[in-house]
Amino acid sequence: MIPKEKQVLMLERMTRIRQFEKALIESQKSGEIVGSLHTYIGQEAVATGACVALNDDDYIAGNHRSHGHPIAKGGDINKAMAEIFGRKDGYCKGKGGSMHLADFSIGILGESGIVASSVPVATGAALASKLKGKNFVSLVFFGDGASNQGACHESMNLAALWNLPVIFVCENNQFAVTTSYRDSVSVDHISDRASAYGMPGVLVDGQDALAMYEATSEAVKRARKGEGPTLIEGLTYRYEDHSLGLASVRRDSSYRTDEEIEEWIKRDPIEILKDNMISQKLITQKDFDDLEKKEIISVEKALNFARNSPFPEPEDLFDDLFTDPIKFA
Amino acid sequence: MYVEALNEAIFEEMDRDESVYYMGEDVRASIYGASRGLFEKYGEKRVLDTPLSENGFIGAAVGSSLVGMRPIVETLTSFMWVAMDQIISQAAKMKYMFGGQASLPVTIRAVMSYGGSSAAHHSDRSYPMFMNMPGLKIIAPASPEDVKGLMKTSVRDNDPCIIFEDSNLAGIKGDVPENNDLNEGELLIPFGKGKIIREGSDCTVVGIAGANTHALNAATELEKEGISVEIIDPRTLVPLDKEIILNSVEKTGRLVVVDPAHKVCSAASEIISVVTEEGFWNLQAPPVKIAAEQVHIPFTPALEPLIFPDAEKIINAVKQTIE
Ligand SMILES: Cc1ncc(C[n+]2csc(CCOP(=O)(O)OP(=O)(O)O)c2C)c(N)n1
Repeated sequence: MIPKEKQVLMLERMTRIRQFEKALIESQKSGEIVGSLHTYIGQEAVATGACVALNDDDYIAGNHRSHGHPIAKGGDINKAMAEIFGRKDGYCKGKGGSMHLADFSIGILGESGIVASSVPVATGAALASKLKGKNFVSLVFFGDGASNQGACHESMNLAALWNLPVIFVCENNQFAVTTSYRDSVSVDHISDRASAYGMPGVLVDGQDALAMYEATSEAVKRARKGEGPTLIEGLTYRYEDHSLGLASVRRDSSYRTDEEIEEWIKRDPIEILKDNMISQKLITQKDFDDLEKKEIISVEKALNFARNSPFPEPEDLFDDLFTDPIKFA
Repeated sequence: MYVEALNEAIFEEMDRDESVYYMGEDVRASIYGASRGLFEKYGEKRVLDTPLSENGFIGAAVGSSLVGMRPIVETLTSFMWVAMDQIISQAAKMKYMFGGQASLPVTIRAVMSYGGSSAAHHSDRSYPMFMNMPGLKIIAPASPEDVKGLMKTSVRDNDPCIIFEDSNLAGIKGDVPENNDLNEGELLIPFGKGKIIREGSDCTVVGIAGANTHALNAATELEKEGISVEIIDPRTLVPLDKEIILNSVEKTGRLVVVDPAHKVCSAASEIISVVTEEGFWNLQAPPVKIAAEQVHIPFTPALEPLIFPDAEKIINAVKQTIE
């Protein structure tokens, strides 16, 4: 059995992600934050199950749906929130925003707004592990849409060819914006492609954090032993629109039905883990309620932290472009 | 409206010529509006939703154009980086490299979405980099009429055309002539013909894409102070209507170029270079370049507006040329 502490940790982080995203939806509605917002609600088990199977010195990289991954890896929600608020105390000093959270100090190599563009980066981190003779692994999150990019295919071939300690985690949330993966992927499952590269491909219930944890642990074990990469496809679902807050993008929901959304919500990842833990007598409903309250408070604190953090100053504009600044007139 | 005019142009061209087809990501749902109604009218053979594979599908558009199709491909400027191989190594070079055998009537719609806290990955205005590459026609329409007429011309053109559409203009209104009112029965705007969008006598302001909005605002303010500004929109950057700019500078003796792209090697740099080389003796003051600061686009709304041209910067620049 997966140790209780690990399961509690997963429940905590998934709840934290959920509450964090809910708070952001409100902030976005009230106009407190600007820009696009790709929420992770519904997919919490994928990142959490995967990240809890990693060590602190392992690396992750991710995509535009960017808040769940760093929180799942243990990121600081104060800094994440301040970043999304465009403030100086944010993870990237306000320069990255919602799509580009990163915390290099705990192995979060950054989230990319360009679809699939993190996949080669994570592969490179794994290459470094091998070249340096280290034991860390690297894990990358990408969507079903991203799985069709050349960058993704090239990386998988490289990783398998060179036996790199990288774990490719495809979050198949069924759609890329409005396009179903069934209309964009030429095989039944994205994980089926793994065999073409000569690596294991595993299809996992992405709403089940424990299943994600187990699949990832297995892949990590292989990677640390020098047996190379694994492709994990987690089947999951995003509850909200593709992106909130982009005024120029028309809301379009004709690509999926309310019934479909309802069906998926019935298999909510937090409920699944919680119910399982209660039935295993690991926790009680009251334990969960307390945990949830604690996370709601921590998110409120993060909101206050963000609101009270100053905006960057004009003189900060050119900082961090180069190691040693070059002045352009 | 700009997006509607674009939509009209696409409909007219698809109606006219069966070899025209449309493709891109989520174009059937038309989340950005320009392809609205196309799928309903032309169906799945001529309106293709692609997988998320820019190098693949833009390359496929190029390949299909070689053998008789006239694709219109939709993407965002920022996603074109993924397709650089096909755009640069193939589309731009094939005709010349193969001794003129290739014909490449492919039109790429490259939407630029800067200024709305989209951060560095989603805010590119990359036309200067493409201007630097021979073999590509670079279109930058700033009004509904121009986007319609230039889109139609692009579709009929036998070379690769990239239309850089400034999303800050997507909702702007403007008159688009009715086909019935036109001698030719339709709106076709030739490449390489700029347009004087406001006449004036003291200073020439050349505006590129969305910069024209700021230039017009600046001109209105300056008029109150008795300064008369002439605004020129080149409309296409390759080919560039040098003459309209040189003639205007001959009249005003002063030049400000406003460009939302990064200032180093920008379209503004090229225009100023043309004027200093070919119109130097008409200049009464050094030309001024108002372009985006040479730094990535930060997410935070506290910093992003500092980067781009605005009316205030243009006003100061015009005054600088006069003092
Ligand atoms: C190279 C590139 N092309 C297109 C986009 C626009 N875009 C952003 S997210 C997205 C869909 C991504 O789908 P998927 O990879 O399945 O991730 P999901 O959004 O479903 O989590 C698209 C088309 C982009 N950001 N980058």
